[in-house]
Amino acid sequence: MLSQSALPTAKKSAASRLGYAIWQHRSLYLMLLPGLLYFIVFRYGPLWYTQIAFKEFSPILGVEGSPWVGFKYILEFFNSYYFSQLMTNTLIISLAKLIFGLPLAIILAIALSETRLRFLRSSVQTITYLPHFLSWIVMAGVLLALFSPSEGLVNKGMGLVGQDPIAFLTDPRYFVAILVGSDVWKETGWSAILYLAALMSIDPSLYEAAAMDGATRWQRIWHISLPGMLNVIVLVTLLRLGGILDAGFTQVFALYSLPVYSVSDIIDTWVYRQGIQNFQLSVAAAVGLFKGVIGLVLVVVANRIARKVAGTGLY
Amino acid sequence: MVKSFTTRGDKIFDFGLNFFLILVLIITIVPLSYVVIVSLQPLVMPNQPTPFASFGAYAELLAQPSFLRAALNSFVLLIGGVTLNMVLTTLSAFVLSRKSLPGRGVILAFILFTFLFNAGLIPQFLLIKNLGLLDSLPSVILPGAISVYNLLIMIAFLQNLPESLGEAARIDGASEFQVLWYVMLPLSKPILLTVGLFYAVNNWNEFFLPILFLSDKDLMPLPVVLRDILSSLNSSEYVDGNRQATIAPPEAIKMAAVVLTTLPMLMVYPWIQSHFTKGVLLGGVKE
Repeated sequence: MLSQSALPTAKKSAASRLGYAIWQHRSLYLMLLPGLLYFIVFRYGPLWYTQIAFKEFSPILGVEGSPWVGFKYILEFFNSYYFSQLMTNTLIISLAKLIFGLPLAIILAIALSETRLRFLRSSVQTITYLPHFLSWIVMAGVLLALFSPSEGLVNKGMGLVGQDPIAFLTDPRYFVAILVGSDVWKETGWSAILYLAALMSIDPSLYEAAAMDGATRWQRIWHISLPGMLNVIVLVTLLRLGGILDAGFTQVFALYSLPVYSVSDIIDTWVYRQGIQNFQLSVAAAVGLFKGVIGLVLVVVANRIARKVAGTGLY
Repeated sequence: MVKSFTTRGDKIFDFGLNFFLILVLIITIVPLSYVVIVSLQPLVMPNQPTPFASFGAYAELLAQPSFLRAALNSFVLLIGGVTLNMVLTTLSAFVLSRKSLPGRGVILAFILFTFLFNAGLIPQFLLIKNLGLLDSLPSVILPGAISVYNLLIMIAFLQNLPESLGEAARIDGASEFQVLWYVMLPLSKPILLTVGLFYAVNNWNEFFLPILFLSDKDLMPLPVVLRDILSSLNSSEYVDGNRQATIAPPEAIKMAAVVLTTLPMLMVYPWIQSHFTKGVLLGGVKE
């Protein structure tokens, strides 16, 4: 009986204490307000318009007035010929970037941490971080300089040994390799930073002890450096797998052209063309939403596995 | 004996290692320098001596009102964008770095969700359209006003600063804003430079949002114009009016446009680069 009557007062005082704490922090909330408004309007605002994915969009009736059609568009997409092609292209490009990019970044980090030439080390770092900051439009220019059939450096070089020029940028046989190669060229230096950081945090006495015991440098890399990076490697791999449906929209968008659509059209580029160029808003929104939901599930699962295996996650 | 054995092995190892690094250096530098070389190509004129190199392509571009217009637009977007980015991110990060703030966990989860879930292009387009922002410069900078990733690294950095500093200022009667301005920001120079560089690069490089939201040619920033120049078969198509490009070959004009678009960023890069090698990133970067 006593506890029952005491409970409401305790609740009330807890509520008023919370109210007081909020009041005390009012200037902080005021400082957070612009940021919070941004998230509400520009990050949550679009969620309202996802309804178009389940409606038959009519420009006259507008988003709100268009009639509901349920899952019509997403089912139409699943049954269309595009679905398997887009999924295949997206997964191949994504996975190839991971498979080629990841080991190279690890090797680069090891080489950077092992070299005794400080000058070489710092110049490689400065130079290889740089391409990360180039836009994909600028990269399209660089690739044109290298691979254009008439003026490209590669084709000129092949011309010297009597090879006919190859249209690397518009030939479906080479285009995926161009996508993967240019991504690896651009991002390897930057992604090596994380592995380098992991290597820096390894206790140097481990290396000294191993050297005393007569371990060669290969053995030290294999038995000390690699295990020391393992958590970061696992974490990065899992998170990249979580984002597997992001095959690099801006890159493909900047580089692709009609002759290579068959191998390079990914979910995002298709959504852009259907929605913005062909004004098929409903089906484009449905496919975009499908990708967003799968992406969310994959990242959450990947993060959970990373926390278990590597002891740390993205959040 | 053991020593001489390791030394010989070490020598081979070191050689291979340095060879690999030099190879990486060459592979990175050659494409970039080739772009510059092509941009300096002179026009071959019949019956006239051809100079070794020429700045003709640069002169041609810098004489184009539409190219200069695009450069101006890019600078406006850069300055407006970075100002908005930094003000919003710094204010939010300062507040969210305070662990005692009631509701902090809920707000962080609210923000993190937007990092994990993306509703896609079409809903974003419809939002900007219905806000009446189409064909205005704010449509390009507002959607990316805060990058969750940059916000998180700034929160992590501010959390690592000793809490007693702000506490002392508060006891002396400083307002929260004064604590941020006079105590925290002077200590946060490395993170402000790093995050500022990330934002600056994003704003400068942005080409998709302008293509998506702008249709007025006079509003287009450099990357969009560069894309037009690169995709035009003959760059005289790009030259204004009926004027023909007579002082540089088309390939040189394309590559000169690439160089000019990259130049402002290249100039600040070495200066800021030293800051993110000093381990600024490592505290916050988990990805």
